[in-house]
Amino acid sequence: MLSKVFATIAVVITGGILLYGVSDFPGFGDPHSPPNAGVPGSPSVSQYFITESYADTKVPNLVTSVLADYRGYDTLFETVVIFAAGMAIFAILRVVGDQSVEQPRRTSESSFTDGDHSRIIVGTTCRLVVPVIQLFALYVVAHGHHSPGGGFQGGVILGASFIIIALAEHLNAALRRFSERSYVVIASIGILIYAAFGVFAQLLGGNFLDYGFLEPILFTDGPEMARSHSMLGVEIGVAFTVTAIMFAIYANLSSRGLLRDGL
Amino acid sequence: MILAFDIVLLVFLVIAAIISLSVKDLLSSAMIYGIYGFLICLLWAEMGAVDVAFTEASVGAGISTVLFIATIFNTRRRSSD
Repeated sequence: MLSKVFATIAVVITGGILLYGVSDFPGFGDPHSPPNAGVPGSPSVSQYFITESYADTKVPNLVTSVLADYRGYDTLFETVVIFAAGMAIFAILRVVGDQSVEQPRRTSESSFTDGDHSRIIVGTTCRLVVPVIQLFALYVVAHGHHSPGGGFQGGVILGASFIIIALAEHLNAALRRFSERSYVVIASIGILIYAAFGVFAQLLGGNFLDYGFLEPILFTDGPEMARSHSMLGVEIGVAFTVTAIMFAIYANLSSRGLLRDGL
Repeated sequence: MILAFDIVLLVFLVIAAIISLSVKDLLSSAMIYGIYGFLICLLWAEMGAVDVAFTEASVGAGISTVLFIATIFNTRRRSSD
């Protein structure tokens, strides 16, 4: 009980200090704040992105152009972080070898006693909905240049469609469509696709992830379109990794690493 | 920025956060955390950060709730304190 009192006091004091710090922030959308207007002697980087990013990359959604081009390193290693998180969960939870120790709660896929009718309804709904979700996920990945979206969001939605299959039918049904071997391979391929765009730019004389130098091998007119197309390729790589890792995390968590008889 | 809408969202956000922390049943806590995620998503969409709102809707409210529930079903459901 005493520890709760002390914890509350600590939380209140920390929160008070944080709120006091917020009072020094510039107002929301203030055009004269240093991030928006720059300081004397150094112009604002957000001003540059807002005015020049379309001319640089021919991508209307400047969030995508900042995320995948100007800050490409950042996004590459965010993807690596997601990959590492998936591998960590794999390393902690996955049980390989003797699987007879844990008693599964459901012995087979058809051991429901009273749930068969609801299972038909849920299963049919899932079969109708999943293709739409997957199509929408691909749209989000491919249309990230022009509308909100991109590799992370599309990848999560695509991974969620496999999770829906696992929830509505059975984990084994989802694993038949997206096996353990394939999700590990696809997660690795995603990062390799991303890194390949960087390495090819280096081979053609630019810096790592300097997509403008990819113009000769992408056959585009001008380095701007090369940057635009490379962003699409990079987003596809991110989507590969995120899809595979999201499903891998769910499959390992829901079956305690046994990869059978999930929820 | 619509001030009244902001205030309503922020009040619901605080309520959802407090309930999610204080409720004893972990499954309800995960559900209310999903509500919290959607409220944050609305707040970001309302502030004009649509990409962030999209990420929050798919990751914070969608997948993480599913992962929490998957974990809770494999552990004991009530917290012990």
